[in-house]
Amino acid sequence: MSGPVIRPYGDTTGDGRVQLSFTLPVPFGTERERAVAEGAALQLAAKMGLEPAMVVHAKGMGPAFTFFIVYGRASHLVDLSEVTVAEREFPVLPAAEINLRIRSGLGREMVVLGACIGTDAHTVGIDAILNVKGHAGEKGLEYYREMRVVNLGAQVDVTDLASRARAEHADAVLVSQVVTQRDAHLAGARALAGAFGAGTSGGERGGRPLLVVGGPRFDPTMAADLGVDKIFGRGTTPREVASYLVHALIPEPATAGAGA
Amino acid sequence: MTVEGSKLGLDPMMVSAARHLARIAGQPIVDMARSHSTVSVERAVLRLAGLDGADEGGMPWVNRLVDAVRETTGLEHGVALPAWDALVTGGYPDLATLARDAAAGQVKFRLPEGGDAAAARAAARAALARGFAVIDARRAQRESMIGETSDPPRPWIYLIVATGDIYEDIPQAQAAAREGADVIAVIRSTGQSLLDYVPEGATREGFAGTYATRENFRLMRAALDDVSRELGRYVRLTNYASGLCMPEIAALAGRERLDMMLNDCMYGIIFRDINPRRTFIDQRFSRQIHARAGIIINTGEDNYLTTADAVDAAHTVIVSQLLNEFFGAEAGLADWQLGLGHAFEISPEVPDSFVLELAHAQLVRELFPDAPLKYMPPTKHMTGNVFGGFLLDAFFNLAGVMTGQSILLVGMMTEGIHTPFLSDRDLALENVRYVARAAGRLGENFSPPPGGFVQQRAQQVLADAVELLRRIGSDGLLNAIADGTFGITRRPADAGRGLEGVFERAEGYFNPAAEFLEDPAVAGEGRQA
Repeated sequence: MSGPVIRPYGDTTGDGRVQLSFTLPVPFGTERERAVAEGAALQLAAKMGLEPAMVVHAKGMGPAFTFFIVYGRASHLVDLSEVTVAEREFPVLPAAEINLRIRSGLGREMVVLGACIGTDAHTVGIDAILNVKGHAGEKGLEYYREMRVVNLGAQVDVTDLASRARAEHADAVLVSQVVTQRDAHLAGARALAGAFGAGTSGGERGGRPLLVVGGPRFDPTMAADLGVDKIFGRGTTPREVASYLVHALIPEPATAGAGA
Repeated sequence: MTVEGSKLGLDPMMVSAARHLARIAGQPIVDMARSHSTVSVERAVLRLAGLDGADEGGMPWVNRLVDAVRETTGLEHGVALPAWDALVTGGYPDLATLARDAAAGQVKFRLPEGGDAAAARAAARAALARGFAVIDARRAQRESMIGETSDPPRPWIYLIVATGDIYEDIPQAQAAAREGADVIAVIRSTGQSLLDYVPEGATREGFAGTYATRENFRLMRAALDDVSRELGRYVRLTNYASGLCMPEIAALAGRERLDMMLNDCMYGIIFRDINPRRTFIDQRFSRQIHARAGIIINTGEDNYLTTADAVDAAHTVIVSQLLNEFFGAEAGLADWQLGLGHAFEISPEVPDSFVLELAHAQLVRELFPDAPLKYMPPTKHMTGNVFGGFLLDAFFNLAGVMTGQSILLVGMMTEGIHTPFLSDRDLALENVRYVARAAGRLGENFSPPPGGFVQQRAQQVLADAVELLRRIGSDGLLNAIADGTFGITRRPADAGRGLEGVFERAEGYFNPAAEFLEDPAVAGEGRQA
């Protein structure tokens, strides 16, 4: 089956025009060097499928580098039927509904533990989700009356996190990973799964809390690979996380009229 | 009545009330710091005396020696008395040899008395005199390097490098200097702040930054000296005296001629969950060292605005700056060494956000006229739209130029996406250069009308700051921190990392470095570097 086929849009349907900027490790001094540099940029653009391409800006940066801005026509087609997305498997609920579902479905506070693990000191992600202050115009999880939030802050050791989760009877553990150098975020997520003995029982949680990982550079489809229950990527809001927790931890209420 | 020359119509009574209240809030903390010490302060004494190196496992000898003393005589009298007593009576050639034997459990430490104590004290003082001679020489060397090259005009352009590998950092730092950076900051590996020791040697592995070590300091300073001579302009080097090893890093910075150090009075407490007492005690000693070494400190108020709202919490920035000023001055720092921090973090969605930023930035400028203020670019509202981010950074640069900020940390349009590309840095410098060239004299033509929006806002923030200082003065600063006054986070005084390394000084506590640093006749006056 083939869906609609599209091209990038500059100012006319089907013109395929895109912009691109990059640096090449070439000098931009003499006339000859400049000509070589621009030729190199055009060659790269052509190999990336931009044909024809135009170098609209080139600037030497120090003796050995040149920065380029290039416009070109993308020769590739996009087949929308071949695009795959991780569909959200849960509805995003209003805060009042979330509180209600916890109260009626759980009959007690939902305990949520949050931390940045390992050497990651960047609490901006976890704070955006947990702090009352929240993010993107939505209050954080601390704002939800029926949740008890324990934010352990930065650089928490995963084994400490696991024992604290047991002590607090945590329903869910939220970890944010901002640092991605040398794939630290992936290693961190795996270490988290390991500390809770997750990822080895084919998705069964047993007695362990729900493990949720978030960060700007995660691929949300990788949860199973990393051994955690859910991954949230860039731009996630607190209400999405709260809605997911309710979805994953509390059985759907019976449909109207069927009683509880 | 208004402060002379104030563009904001500030009431001088209000300004002096704010300073008075900061003193009332801060004095009990100073008293606590004067009667306590920490393992890191004691290790810094040994580092100032020249003890370097580490055991095979990488644990520094200063840690091994302090731990050995702590396990035998205890540290309540300071590490110096038992250590130099063992050095003198044991006939050790140097501290490193002593530390090696102490680590092997072969040294019997004691608290010497009478003539033995006097001999130990004399030896310790002589060692520290040699240590401070090195720091004084480094300071003089900075002044002669500036004379040989030149001191760049303000605002100084401040750029960050952070590859994790000192040998990658060096060419990047040199490239940044050639492109116009006046200050290079080497971001530390994330997590170093919570290490209770300072790693050794040149390092090539770090996460989102490069370890602060003495050798890395030395390598980078030497590379920047080369480029300073090449450019005829002194390029300053910055690192971080924060975390659990604040005083030790300060000592190493003084020994290797770093020029500026991040050194906030509350950052570690709030953002790293380091115990408040540990932080304040370590902070005081580290600042005394910075004062002596002619190092400019940078405080971290910008961070509050990354967790709290930049409009609602604007007064907490002023309160923290006043506290940093009080603590800094008490520790011997001159005004020219107080790089108080603040930031451009108001949401661009807020109407008049730029006008509010101008009011805040001008307020800080007028409250601290002689301080080299450090102004931080937007981070919280950098969304990934690099084009929008570039525009926001230009407005930040404009606010900085208009209000006479002293140190501009150059904003990257790719903030929050990745560690900056070479081209990100180049474009950022192009941005700041354009604004400085186009609007350099806008400040002298900027006079907000009396009673207008800018004046009202600045006066309101100052009034809110005074009110909060009054509350902190009556509740106590440690209680205010425990209640989440700064950066929303709650940090009780009896919790947090590093508390086990804090102890009360006993009668007869001896710290030969503190003797040099506390006595103004020995320490010398703060001089313009």
